[in-house]
Amino acid sequence: MKNKSLISIHDYSKNDYLRIMDLAEEFEKNPRSYGNLLSGKVIATLFFEPSTRTRLSFESAIQRLGGSVIGFTDSSSSSVSKGETLKDTIKTVSQYSDLIVMRHPIEGSARWASEVSDVPIVNAGDGANQHPTQCLLDLYTIRQTQGKLEDLTITMVGDLKYGRTVHSLIQAMSYFSPSFHFVSPEELKMPNEYKMFLKEKNIPFKESNELGEVLKTSDIAYVTRVQKERFSDPMEYEKVKNAFVLKNEMLEGTKSNLKILHPLPRVNEISEDVDENEKAYYFRQALNGVYARMAIISSILGLK
Amino acid sequence: MESKDMKELKVSAIKEGTVIDHIPARSLFKVISILELQKMDTQITIGYNFESKRLGQKGIIKISDKFPSQKDLNKIALFAPEAKVNIIRDYKVVEKDNVQVPDNIEGIVKCMNPKCITNQENVKTKFTVLEKKNVTLKCNYCEKITDQDHFEMR
Repeated sequence: MKNKSLISIHDYSKNDYLRIMDLAEEFEKNPRSYGNLLSGKVIATLFFEPSTRTRLSFESAIQRLGGSVIGFTDSSSSSVSKGETLKDTIKTVSQYSDLIVMRHPIEGSARWASEVSDVPIVNAGDGANQHPTQCLLDLYTIRQTQGKLEDLTITMVGDLKYGRTVHSLIQAMSYFSPSFHFVSPEELKMPNEYKMFLKEKNIPFKESNELGEVLKTSDIAYVTRVQKERFSDPMEYEKVKNAFVLKNEMLEGTKSNLKILHPLPRVNEISEDVDENEKAYYFRQALNGVYARMAIISSILGLK
Repeated sequence: MESKDMKELKVSAIKEGTVIDHIPARSLFKVISILELQKMDTQITIGYNFESKRLGQKGIIKISDKFPSQKDLNKIALFAPEAKVNIIRDYKVVEKDNVQVPDNIEGIVKCMNPKCITNQENVKTKFTVLEKKNVTLKCNYCEKITDQDHFEMR
């Protein structure tokens, strides 16, 4: 992993996942022991489109390890607005920093950046394509809540067609013999290529458009936002928008180890009364993002 | 009737070199561009819209005194999968080869995803070939699939 960019979840092996999770756990258990690990290191966070949550999570991770941060929070405050190419921006910033974290609206931009950069790149989202650090923090959270990753039943709810987090998670979990339930509106069903992938790997999955019953057999419910703009027919959205909302009473009779995850931001797909339920884990999941990113950055820089 | 002599009248034989036959007529100019024939300085004969039992209309290219590498010739397999390559020595065919779709493709075709970086900035396309029969390419940048029904030259 040392000096290697992290662009796609496919760049890492199962052993790499496990190493990152173990390291994240070490940082979580001993938060005060590593305050100088990144001392003297300068890390650039280049956000060509705004993503406050992801940026703050990275910057928190860097600062907790004693590193310093340079960068911009959207492309209007960078030379991109003067017409500079991505190649030139990356090439230049790679002279100033030891590692670049980048978020960019164009798909494949992070891979391209890793080819022209003199320092490793961490992809913090390239359009609808990849967001590998989200996937690693999701894995870490699942292992933390269940004490293991093997043989879990995971229910994915919401936008399964465009949601890159669910697609990456399916691929990463495929090493750990999971079962899946996919619950989504008809228009936002899991794409065929991922179902084919699961069939090839003999991983069982069921599809439904009703959440209630499948929750009772689930260990993890991974809820994502159903966005209005994804529907070709706005009437269709109005019809289904309430059918995929997780309410507190739906958690009655579910397994005691069930935990609710969500990549956030949430709009209304999880009722606020769920927040008080001990099965709600999404804010804790956000905290895990900091530990996972601490682990990723320090292993790429070869410091752990 | 199209005798052997008639054919030779249409496209003269070469003494030494490479003959690429059975190129679908619609792909001929793409093949010319992929092989960068315009940059070569030897005598080249190009035949277009010749009758072909198998292809309907075909193209043929005769390159004198040059023997492009198999790697370069394989690049045309995306557009002319049935092309035959004949190596000519002293007017005789001494070797006949097929073209094969390579494992990786650089340049040549566009990624069909309009949101891909290769369609936004000056970035050469790179693909991994997933399937060689019904050629299916996965973009190394945006990870999206481009299939042979959507091949478009760069």
